[in-house]
Order: sequence, then structure tokens, then C-alpha cells
Amino acid sequence: MSLTLEDTKTRNKELIDEVLTVYPEKTGKKRAKHLNVHEEGKSDCGVKSNIKSLPGVMTIRGCAYAGSKGVVWGPIKDMVHISHGPVGCGHYSWASRRNYYIGHTGIDTFGTMQFTSDFQEKDIVFGGDKKLEKIIDEIQVLFPLNKGITVQSECPIGLIGDDIEAVSKKKSKEYEGKTIVPVRCEGFRGVSQSLGHHIANDAVRDWVFDKTDPSKNHFELSPYDVAIIGDYNIGGDAWSSRILLEEMGLRVIAQWSGDGTIAELENTPKAKLNVLHCYRSMNYISRHMEEKYGVPWVEYNFFGPSKIEASLREIACHFDDKIKEGAEQVIAKYKPLMQAVIDKYKSRLEGKKVMLFVGGLRPRHVIGAYEDLGMEVVGTGYEFGHNDDYQRTTHYVKDGTLIYDDVTGYEFEKFVERVQPDLVGSGIKEKYVFQKMGVPFRQMHSWDYSGPYHGYDGFAIFARDMDMAINSPVWGLTRAPWAK
Amino acid sequence: MPQSAEKVIDHEMLFRQPEYADMFAKKKSEFEFKHPDEKISEVNEWTKTTEYQTLNFQRQALTVNPAKACQPLGAVFAANGFKGTLPFVHGSQGCVAYYRSHFTRHFKEPTSCVSSSMTEDAAVFGGLNNMVDGLANSYRLYKPEMIAVSTTCMAEVIGDDLDAFIKTSKQKGSIPAEFDVPFAHTPAFVGSHITGYDNALLGVLKHFWDGKANTTAPLTRVPNESINFIGGFDGFVVGNMAAIRQIFEAFGVEYTILCDPSDAWNTPTDGEFRMFDGGTTKDEVERALNAKATIVFQEFSCEKTTKFIRAHDQEVVALNSPIGVAGTDELVMAISRLTGKPVPESLTKERGRLVDALADSQAHLHGKKFALYGDPDLMLGLTQFLLELGAEPVTVLSTNGGEEWAAKVQALFDASPFGSDCKVYPKKDLWHLRSLLFTAPVDFLIGNTYGKYLERDCGVPLIRLGFPVFDRHHYHRFPIWGYEGSLRVLVMLLDELFEQLDQSTIVTAKTDISYDIIR
Repeated sequence: MSLTLEDTKTRNKELIDEVLTVYPEKTGKKRAKHLNVHEEGKSDCGVKSNIKSLPGVMTIRGCAYAGSKGVVWGPIKDMVHISHGPVGCGHYSWASRRNYYIGHTGIDTFGTMQFTSDFQEKDIVFGGDKKLEKIIDEIQVLFPLNKGITVQSECPIGLIGDDIEAVSKKKSKEYEGKTIVPVRCEGFRGVSQSLGHHIANDAVRDWVFDKTDPSKNHFELSPYDVAIIGDYNIGGDAWSSRILLEEMGLRVIAQWSGDGTIAELENTPKAKLNVLHCYRSMNYISRHMEEKYGVPWVEYNFFGPSKIEASLREIACHFDDKIKEGAEQVIAKYKPLMQAVIDKYKSRLEGKKVMLFVGGLRPRHVIGAYEDLGMEVVGTGYEFGHNDDYQRTTHYVKDGTLIYDDVTGYEFEKFVERVQPDLVGSGIKEKYVFQKMGVPFRQMHSWDYSGPYHGYDGFAIFARDMDMAINSPVWGLTRAPWAK
Repeated sequence: MPQSAEKVIDHEMLFRQPEYADMFAKKKSEFEFKHPDEKISEVNEWTKTTEYQTLNFQRQALTVNPAKACQPLGAVFAANGFKGTLPFVHGSQGCVAYYRSHFTRHFKEPTSCVSSSMTEDAAVFGGLNNMVDGLANSYRLYKPEMIAVSTTCMAEVIGDDLDAFIKTSKQKGSIPAEFDVPFAHTPAFVGSHITGYDNALLGVLKHFWDGKANTTAPLTRVPNESINFIGGFDGFVVGNMAAIRQIFEAFGVEYTILCDPSDAWNTPTDGEFRMFDGGTTKDEVERALNAKATIVFQEFSCEKTTKFIRAHDQEVVALNSPIGVAGTDELVMAISRLTGKPVPESLTKERGRLVDALADSQAHLHGKKFALYGDPDLMLGLTQFLLELGAEPVTVLSTNGGEEWAAKVQALFDASPFGSDCKVYPKKDLWHLRSLLFTAPVDFLIGNTYGKYLERDCGVPLIRLGFPVFDRHHYHRFPIWGYEGSLRVLVMLLDELFEQLDQSTIVTAKTDISYDIIR
């Protein structure tokens, strides 16, 4: 039984009204601004965003530290990232994001390690600056091949008035201009991970770009140099993207930040073009590079063949005919593979309905990939999006799509219960809630430990994974045969 | 082309294809500006030396790869052990996202928990409004029977007063005056997750026994014959609680498990999401005051709670996660002594079966060297069991175990001929352990998932007995406590041992003379 567009809109509006009645009045009024039914032709999705989460509602959001250490800085593999403060933050974010990298962990790369100042009561009372100095000294002794250090502030740092900038400057001087980056990403700053991204971007600007001698790390420039910005190489995403850019004739000089190095960050202002995947987390530094170094940037989308094709052409537009031809050759080369993937999976997925709730770029970016498989996204929302994300989303979503910003545990459960999608794509905290309800689920932050999903190689995996989630025999077993 | 629609390959094999190998080589040589390979090898070798170990152990400020989490994680665990209870963590919201993810990755189950979402303004003005609104919202939305409040370090640094805040919230009508909101201050910069478990459990007991934060009369203890059991923070809680219940049921005695999250993290997939399931009821908590005694299974996870119960004139038997034959005997005999009931025949038989299994397999484990790390009580229990098997726990390390704990481990070493070459390392991390695994090699490593990095670096096979276990499924469903659980531990040790033996003898015409079908 499929609903007409008008039925769907009415149902969705009723559904929103219904969940709102459960809240205390004040809270309900506030939440109402974050929920909407998308109307085609509007300039955004009609929801407020990037506003404080309400206490006690079970928001899915994280914090600024998660945005800086967990997302932006953590993957820079040849630097040591200190989780500065009590032990927990570093522990929970330890190697949990699968930012793949190549290197000798503990020797010249440090991505899947946990460095913490493990604050004790005395550090809170007397301050942690002396301890931080000592930590940096000890890192220099025990990890001599590190190429730099970042100090990722946890909540107490800003509250007790530590001067991590002074410590960083002092130690940088002592170690012959070593890159030491203080990051003010205390978890209470801002309303979500999002401010952490911004703070981390600004730290690159202030403590890497502004302090780097441009002649460092010399290499011969080429007219085809690009940098991948905003790909965290989850399950190898940046690699399955890079391979396409290189096949079309471009040269990728840097990856931000999955499998990235400090040298790559330092060299990025020399690129001819920055290609930006996760707009939300790295638009800041892209804009800065455009303003200060004249490096233009272009957003792209490497989920699913339709969007990949359009993106390859869009990127190629910034270069000469050689690259434009290269893009066409790449598209042609992978066409048979993409057709084979679609032939294999589309019949099994056609018409299936999906509800998403993710972060960064994915609530809109993955829609095309689902559509390539004949699936339909009927609800979506951002964990920490801003209005510019919801504007961009209008190019992806259909009329009548249910939109939920910073959804609460309660709302999400009710929406799914009523909309009855064939698949929910969200995070680890949500996964088992919906699976218990008998609804197939894929983690769309971590690719459920699969991946990559980016690029042509990734789309084959994406299609297989969606099929195995939705068409698993287990969903036929959730009700006992003797149950009424 | 590396990918194919016919046989889709994912990250494991995709990036080994030649196209990617070439790409990686170019990236490395042209843009990474890495140290030369020889330098990397040289430093790598240096980290294996005693010289490096000496420097490593001189660390005073830096912690690398610690085997501990922070207090509120334990508080959320404890809250989850009570019926219909919503854990509410007052402070920054990111912390709660982390606890929920962490538990969910371990148990593969949902973990419900709310935050008061404090931000910069709360840092300046305090988090009272967040508490007032937060309690109102979570009460309305999730309809819990109880809300158990704990704190993140942010709320602790600014000094928010939970007792006053909760009372104000009630005055403002967020929740009914009689609604139970036990609370605990759980600063992340003191202790570890086991301290948080202790504080949160204490908060619940205090609330119900001592007059609900001075709003009702304290309960009066009227001793009866029942026994309380407190497990402590435990990653195997789902399996372990079932094993403990079986033991009590076998005795046929009245008992109360105080804090039992084993149903909450073990709900069926049947079309319904249960935000709450099982757990100790408020009535049970209140009646627990009258129990004859409380058995605390993990002493270091319940230090304050133990003192509190003793102060209420109740006997407490504090154990250190005793497993194996003698360990479980200790538990069983404690129940027998406290209840005056003889050990039931069924348990005696179960014990005999465990001894039987030990006798069958001891030759394989005899003299095998183990390094183990984890929470202090678990380390004591495993050390005791390994010694009982004739194995040598040569390195026993804990990040959250202190000198008092170390003395207890040393006492176990001293009591066994197999303990003579063993050493205990309190307040050390997994980077210390890495040095030790190079300078004092062992046959097997016991730890949590993070031990796999040591397995890779040091070539020592890892047996996953700890928390968290993210990269193996369903371990938590099986007990490691009791005779039955000890059997499971034995099998885990043996499985890894035989697997290693097979792997080392699997090369045709070279090592396979020992590739035996009977072991």
C-alpha cells in the first residue's frame, strides 16, 4: 500500500504534531522548530539548526572535543594527539572511528593510540600546564619520530584557566620550531561536534599554516595538483576516492585528514584546487585557503555512480581538456562495473524506503547512491548540521520528506515506528534500538565496519551491504510462529 | 580493475590490489615526507630494548594506552542495574554520547542514557537550569521509574551541587516530589570507571536506606536471613549474573542481586524495543538493608559501598572476583557459612566436573607464561585461576589498581610455587606492558580488545577476557564466574593454545609432523 504524496505529507505532519504533544510545553515549542515536512521549491528544509540540544531528551550529538580530536585532527597519522584532561574522552574515542592509515603505529605513526594526561584531582586544583610540559618532553623521548603534537582540550582545561598556548609556544621553541598545536576544543563549547570542527580548522590555520616556512617539504609543482579535503578515510574512503582523481590525471598532494600527514597539511596551499567532500567539517579551512592563498575549492560527492559522474565532470571543469578527457575515460572505464552492480542489486532493493540520521555531509550525500539502487529516502536529518546544510539538502530530497534536526531518541523511535521504513541508516547508539524493532539497519558513520563506500569501488560495497541488511533472512524470524 | 560486482571485495582485500599498492607507494614517497625506512626500523628495534623500557618506566606525566575509563561510565553501568531506571549524567553532552557508544559496541545492545547538555553559559552560571529542564524532559519522554544522576568532570569542576539541584527541580515541578532521584558525584579526575560504579551504587543505597536525601525517615534495619550479592563493574555481566543466580538457586536461599543490568543488556529482537528491562527493584533495594549479609564479588569496585553497608551493621564478605576451583569454593563456602546451609550436591558435582576438566587439560597449560591486564579484581581472580592451572602469570598489570591491590596479587604469587617468577605492576598502562612483553616474553596475553595492538606488535596471542570486547561477538553472554564460568575461561585458554599449536605446525613437509589430530 503506497501513500500518495499528499497522504504522506499529511501523515508526516500528524506524526510531528503527535511527538510534540509528549514534551513539556516549553520543550515542545522548541523542538517544533527542528521538525518539518519538506516542501519542494523552498530554499531550505524549513527547520532551525545548530542550536543547543535540550537537556534530558537523549540527543545523539557529541561535543567539540569529538569534532576536533575524533574527526579533524585524530587521523593526522604522524602527529601525537594528546587528549588533555581526564582519561575518559581519549578512551572512548580510542581507535573507534576506523580512519585507516598506513604506518608503523607507535614508531612513526600514532593513529590508533591513546595519549592522555589522565588528569587527577591535583591537576584540577593546581593546573595542568606543568604536567603538559612534562608530557611533551616524555613524548619527545619515547616517540622521537613524531612530526608534531596537538593538545586536544577536554572540558576542565578551559574551566581551570590553563594556558596551553603558552606551553605549546614554549615547547615548540625548545624543540627547534616543532609543530605543537594547542586546540581549545573543550566539550562544553558550542552545541555539538560542529564547533570542534571549526576550532580544529582554525588551529590548522593559526598553528600550522601561519608557522610553516613554505619552502619546507619541497616538491615539484604540477598544474594538476589537488588536495582531498574532508575525507576521513573511514574504511578507506579517501583511498577509493583518490584513485579516481589520479586516474583522471590529477595529482593528489594531500589528504585531509584520513591517512594524512603534517607535511601534506603544510603543502596544501600549493594545490591548484581543493576538492571538498565533507563541507560541514572543513569548509572553514577551504574558505581560508581560498582567501589567503587563492586556492579555489569545489564540493563533490562520491557516493553512487550518478553523483560520482557529475562530480568528476565538475572537478574536471577546473582544468584543461586533458583532465576533462581523463574524467570521461574514468567514467567510461567504470560504467560496466557500475551497471553490473546495479543489475545485481537493484531488483532486490527497488522501491525500498530509507530513513537517515547522520552527521556531516551524509544526510544528503548518500541519497543519490540509494536512488541509483532504486531506493527512496523518506526521512533525513542532521546531527550537527547548519542552515547551509539544509539549503544544500533541498537539491537531494523529494517533496514531502520528513526532516528532523538533532532528533531525540524519543522522536526517532516514534518516526520509525510509524513510517515503517525498510532500512534505517544512523549510528551505533541507534542501531540496536531499530534492530530490536525488526527494522534493518546500517551504521552510516562507520559503514558498520565495512567500506569503503566512496568512489566506484566503494559503491559496489555499499550496494552489497544495503542488500544484505534489508534482505537478511533474520528479519523473517523476529516474530515467533506461535505469536498472535 | 580491483572491484567486481560478482564478488564484491571490501577493505580487507581491496587495498591489497596492485592499483592501490602503487597509489600508496606514490603517496608515501612523494608527499608524506616520512622518515627513511631504515630509521623507522632502527627506532622500532630500539623500542624493544631494556634501555627503552627503562625510559618508558621513567614516565611521570604521560599516559599511553591506559586500561581504564572514567567514573561516569561506571555510574551509567550501575544505574542500568535498577528497574526502570534512566541514567542521567549532569554535564557536557558529548560524554553521554561516548558512554552510550562504548557500552553499545561491547554489548551490541542499546544503552539509554540522557545528558543535561551543559554548555558555555552553564559553565559560567552553573547547570541548575539544565537539571531542572533535563529532569522534566526525561521524565515526560521516557517515563522512568527512577532517574539516577551522576556527573561529568565539567559539572564537578564548576562545583554543581546535585542534592540542591534535584531538590530545586522538584520544587519547580520538573518531577513529582516523591519521585526517586538517587545521585552520585562522579568526577572523571578521580579513580576510574570502577570508582564510578561504586559511587553510583552507593548513591542508590544511600537514597533508599538513609532517608531519601533527608526527605523521609531513614529505614531501620530488621535483620532477616537473606543474602545480598553485588557484582561490581563487569563486562561479562549478562552471563555472570545468570551463573550467580544459579548458585543461589541451588542453595535454595533467599537472595537479592543489588544492581543487575543483565536483562537490560540482553533484550530479544522480537519487534519491540525495550528501553528498560529487568533490574533490581526499589523494594528489593529497601529490603536489602535487612539482609543477613552482603557478598561483594569485586572488592575494588565497591570500596565505599562496602564501608557503607558495614556501617549499617550488616556483614560484608568482600571477594576479589574469585574464579577457578578454589576461587569459586570461596564464594560457595561463604554462602554456606552465611546461610547455615550445606553446599548442595548439584554444586559439588559441578565443582567435580570443573576439576575433571582441569585434570584433562592441565598438562597443556602447565608452565605456560601469561601476561594479563585489566581491572584489579578481575586480575586477582584470573591470577588465582592461572596459578591453580599450573600456569605462570608472569606479568600482572592494572592501570586502575594501586599498591594495596598489588600487595594482594603478590600474596597470591607468594602462595604458589608457580608465582615465584611473577611480577605485579600497579598503575601502569599498555605502553609499559609493550616493553615488558618484549623484555620478558610470554606465551599468551589476557586483556580486552585493545590488547590486539600488543598482539600485533609483540606477536603474543591475545585471549579476550576483559572490558571492553568490541571485536568479538557475544562473549558477554557467557559467564566467567562460578564453576560453570571457570570452565568457559578454561576453554578460552585452551582454544587459543591449541589454535597456536596448530598454526605453528601447519606447514606441509616442514612442521606438520606435529600437526596432530589428537591433542
